[in-house]
Amino acid sequence: MQWFRILLRHLLMLVSLGLAGAFVSATLVRFAPGYGVEERELDPRWSAQSVEALRQQQALDGGLAAFYWHYLSGLASGDLGESESLKRPVRELLRRRLPVTGNSVVRGLGVAWMAAALLASLGLASRGWFYEASGTAISSLLLSLPSAVVAMLVVHLRTPVFWAIAVVVFPRLYRYVRSLLLQSYNQPYVLAARARGLRGGAIVWRHVLPVAASPLLALLGVSFAIAFGAAIPIEALCDSPGLGQLAWQAALSRDLPLIANVTLVVCLVMLAANSLAELVGRALGGNTP
Amino acid sequence: MSPLQKTAAAILSVVIALMVLVAIFVPVPYARQFRDVPNAGPSTSHPLGTDALGRDSLSRLLYGTRVSLLLAPAAALLATVIAAVLGTAAGLLGGWFERIVLAVTDLSLALPWLFLLLTVRALLPLDVAPMLSVLIAFLMMGLLGWQASVRVICAAVRDVRESDFLLLARCSGCKPARLLLRHVGPNVRPLFYAQFLISIPLFILTEANLSILGLGVMEPMPSWGNLMRGFEDFSALAANPWRLAPLLLLVIVVTCFQLVLPSQEVTP
Repeated sequence: MQWFRILLRHLLMLVSLGLAGAFVSATLVRFAPGYGVEERELDPRWSAQSVEALRQQQALDGGLAAFYWHYLSGLASGDLGESESLKRPVRELLRRRLPVTGNSVVRGLGVAWMAAALLASLGLASRGWFYEASGTAISSLLLSLPSAVVAMLVVHLRTPVFWAIAVVVFPRLYRYVRSLLLQSYNQPYVLAARARGLRGGAIVWRHVLPVAASPLLALLGVSFAIAFGAAIPIEALCDSPGLGQLAWQAALSRDLPLIANVTLVVCLVMLAANSLAELVGRALGGNTP
Repeated sequence: MSPLQKTAAAILSVVIALMVLVAIFVPVPYARQFRDVPNAGPSTSHPLGTDALGRDSLSRLLYGTRVSLLLAPAAALLATVIAAVLGTAAGLLGGWFERIVLAVTDLSLALPWLFLLLTVRALLPLDVAPMLSVLIAFLMMGLLGWQASVRVICAAVRDVRESDFLLLARCSGCKPARLLLRHVGPNVRPLFYAQFLISIPLFILTEANLSILGLGVMEPMPSWGNLMRGFEDFSALAANPWRLAPLLLLVIVVTCFQLVLPSQEVTP
């Protein structure tokens, strides 16, 4: 019963956010500069009556409520409208671009998580200054680099885009992971295990990681948001045909229907990832932060 | 304060002093073009050389430092004020208001921030005067960058609301305004300062990212971000390594900010 309530709460949140996001994106589309203006209206050969008839045909005078209804019902049936700059359906653009970004984000996150977990665990297990100092120094330096500069470096080195995402996400992840593992490591039962002579690796693997697993899973959801955010400058500068590049192009050409729908989809993907991470965390036991 | 933190604070002080005294040190106006010496190397008249349009790179770097180091703290201040007002109100009032504020905050945090900034930037005209682009960047970052601080402030205010001393003050007949100013305010004020300081490096990096993408501070006004726009041409950068000066300065300043900030236990 409790699981059913939790699931229902997450679903309700997703649906309400979807509705709120759709409403905001519809507002952006409706009040975007140039909305409803057709090139034919600017043709001097068309008379005033003809232009008026054209406007009537576009149903612009249906009122705001009718517009919202039309837009939201279209959205419910999967019609995300058409991009003004690319003159193609937004749905088709998203279908092509989402897998590209998804692939880069997943691979980048994989590398970043492995590096962060490895460095943080080594620092804890060895309790030596070398791993801790090098981890902190590398993460501080990388944290000070704008993601756009990392993207330029990746272009220069001709490495795949996911490496740039990994480099941007790693320092943020490392700090969180280290902090969570440290909290778990400072528990009395870990001290007892150390007093009984257990090795550092065994302590981290058997006693620290299982306790930190639940908040680490919550962090997985957060790391998706960080990676998707980093994807914009990286894809734009690396010329990778993903969602980030699409959003950047839409912003530069002020293509509001496109950017509003891209943002809505990214937001829903993020929320679904966060909800999934929280549910898995709960299933493993413990409360997520 | 550790020796490392003291060094970082000293470096930051020097950079900020340089920024304040920029009007004295700047050799020439940042937009003035020396068309006979484009892409020149360092010389006595142009210590950091000139860019492709013949503008003095040192002047542009000094002005850019001023723009970036004024823009980021100003936006951080605006974001912290919004977070302080919302977080304090939510923490004190509790109930439905707190739930709504926290729900909106959680939803905003679920969305990658740059997507939100890009959406709002797309609403505004792109071809704007340089000063207006600075104002737009400031307002965008300030008005959209408060979410992370709200949760922290709200939690702290909630703790104060449930504390014994506040209960005692209420029982003594303290009025709400006095409760807020004399009892809640002094307890959460250090948190406001901390949130303000934490936001500064984040906003410096955000401005840099937006300006590199051509959506932040517009030319000819220099900022660290738009000074780094030419970094894509690595052959030119390798031939003129002094052009890395804005990146070097940005990395030094952001690293110093991170070192100076009080160490905090970070949790997602």
